[in-house]
Amino acid sequence: MNIVVCTKQVPDTAATLKVDEQSNVSWGDAPLVINPWDEYAIEEAIRLKEKHGGKVTVLSVGPEQAREALKQAVAMGCDDAILVWDASLDGSDTLATSYILAQAIKKIGSVDVVLFGKQAIDGDTGLIQGGVARRLGWPLLSFVAKIEELDPAAKSIKVNRLLEQGRQAVTSQLPVVISVVKEINEPRYPSFMNIRKASKLQIPVWDSGAISVEAGKVGRANAATKWTRVFPLPARTGSVEIITGDSPQAIASALADKLMAEKII
Amino acid sequence: MAHNILVWIETFQGQAVGSSYECLGEARRLADGGTVTAAMFGENAASIATEAIAFGADKAIVCEDATLAEFRPEPYVALLAKIANDLKPDMVMAGASTRGRDVVSGLAVDLETGTIADCTSIEAQGSDLVVTRPVYAGKLLATVVIPSKRPMIITTRSRAFPLPEADALRTGEVTKVAAVLSEDQIVSKVTGFTTEGEGDVSLTDARIIVSGGRGVGGPEGFAPIVALAKSLSAAVGASRAAVDAGWIPYAHQVGQTGRTVSPDLYIACGISGAIQHQAGMRTAKVVVAINKDPEAPIFKLARYGVVGDLFQIAPALTEEFKKRLGK
Repeated sequence: MNIVVCTKQVPDTAATLKVDEQSNVSWGDAPLVINPWDEYAIEEAIRLKEKHGGKVTVLSVGPEQAREALKQAVAMGCDDAILVWDASLDGSDTLATSYILAQAIKKIGSVDVVLFGKQAIDGDTGLIQGGVARRLGWPLLSFVAKIEELDPAAKSIKVNRLLEQGRQAVTSQLPVVISVVKEINEPRYPSFMNIRKASKLQIPVWDSGAISVEAGKVGRANAATKWTRVFPLPARTGSVEIITGDSPQAIASALADKLMAEKII
Repeated sequence: MAHNILVWIETFQGQAVGSSYECLGEARRLADGGTVTAAMFGENAASIATEAIAFGADKAIVCEDATLAEFRPEPYVALLAKIANDLKPDMVMAGASTRGRDVVSGLAVDLETGTIADCTSIEAQGSDLVVTRPVYAGKLLATVVIPSKRPMIITTRSRAFPLPEADALRTGEVTKVAAVLSEDQIVSKVTGFTTEGEGDVSLTDARIIVSGGRGVGGPEGFAPIVALAKSLSAAVGASRAAVDAGWIPYAHQVGQTGRTVSPDLYIACGISGAIQHQAGMRTAKVVVAINKDPEAPIFKLARYGVVGDLFQIAPALTEEFKKRLGK
C-alpha cells in the first residue's frame, strides 16, 4: 500500500486571533500546528500501513516553517515527508492548491490512497480533497467515519460516510481520495523513537519545477478568488438577561414568555 | 447588474434539501433580472423541478437516470459541468453541505474557476459580487471576490439566508437531459444508507437546537436534554467534552471540530462555552444558557441565562413547552 496523507500547518485552535486594519491576521506567540482535522487522517494512514503494510508519505504545500508540521506527522509514525514550496506558489487559492497537490501525488507515483482531514481550520473551505480527486480522476470518498474494509490485493475499499442525514456506505476500487471526520479514530501521541527519527529526517523540498506546475496556474497573481478584507466578527449587542424565579417552574415560565414574545418558538 | 445563475438543488431520498431553497432564494435576489436555472438529479427530480420553480427558479434541468439515484461526486460533477458548459452562467450556486462541497470542488476543476465556500452574505458592488464568509473556524470574517473567472462558484451556509416563499402560480420550462456517465464508467458504488435514529432532526438544518455539555455528567444525563429537544421539535447537540467522554455520538458535536450550526434558538445546557464550542454556534440568533457557574463564558454569548441546575431547569422547561405548544 502506497499511502499519501496531506496536511496543512495552521494557527493553534486555542490561539486568540487578531486582525489589523490592513486585514493582516496574527495570533501572538501561539504555535503553528498540524491542522487538527489532519491528525485523524494521519492516524488513519498509519493504521492502514500497520494493517496492510506499505508506506505513508506526508505531504504539505507551505513555506519552510511547515517542515515542523511534517516532522510532527513523522513523529506520529509517517515514514516519509515531502514539502512542496517555492515563492511562486505563495498565495495559491483552493483551485491552484488542488492542482499543486495533484501534481505532487502524480510525481510520488503508484499511490493507492490519499487521505485528507475534512477541512483546514484557517480557510475552512473543505474543497481541496474534491479538487485533487477530480484532477487525478479518482473517486472522492469524503467525510469518512470508518474504513470498513480494504483489500490491497483486490484493490477495493468499503467506507462509511457521515452525512447530514445519516451514514452512507460506499465501495470503490483503489486508488481513491479520502477525507476523514473526527469519529474515525483517536490520534496517537508521537513515540520517542519516531520523534528521534523525525528530528534526523531530511525532508526534501519539491519546487514548482520538480512537480511540473505551470506558472500561470498558481500563486497570488493567478488566484481565481481574492480575499479583499479580513475583519473581526461584529460584537454581540446587549448583555445577557439572567432569568430568576422562586422555583424551576417559575424560571421556566418566565423564560418561555421571553422566547414566545420574540417569536422564536 | 443582471446575472444568469445555475443553482444545484441537493436532494435526499426524493426530496429537496431545505438549504438548497435558501440558496435558490438568494440566487433569485442576486439575478437582478437575469435567469435562474435550477438543476436537480435523481429520484423524483421532475416534481422537485416544479417545486424549485415555485421557490424562484425560471427554468429547471432534470435528470432521473438510475446512475444518479444516490449522490456520488463522479456522475453528479460530470453532468453539472456539462450543463454549466452548455448554459455558460455567470454564477453556479449550491448549499454548503457535505454533498455541496463534493460537487463544487470537482466542478471548479472541470470549469477551471474559483469557488467561494460557505458564504453568509452576498452583496452586489457595481459589477462585482462581494461575498462574506467565516474563516479561522468562525473566529473572523473575510470578504472574497472572483474578479475575472466565470462562472463564479458560490456555496451558501445552511440557514444563513431566508427560505423564500413558494409561489405555486409561477411557471417555467423544465428540460430533461441525459446522464453523462454510464454505470460502468463510475468507480464508486453506494451500497446503503442508515439514518442516525428515527425522527432525529439534522443539526445543520435545525431551527432549534438543545445541547448538552460536561454539566450533563454522563450518558443518562442526556435524557432531560433529549426530552427538552423533543418538546420543541429540536435537534440534539453536544459539546466536545460530552462527545469525548463517550456520552453521545460524534454526529451530535457542535463546535470547531464538530458541526457548525446557526439555528434561531440554541439552548446550551451545562456547556461552559469554550472558544472552540462558540466557533460552531456563535451565529445562532438567540442563545439561552443554563449553567451552574455564573462565570461560564457561554453567558457572554447568551441573550438569556439561567444560573442553576440543568437537571431542575430542563425538565421544568420541557413541561412548560409541552403545555404551551401542545406537544
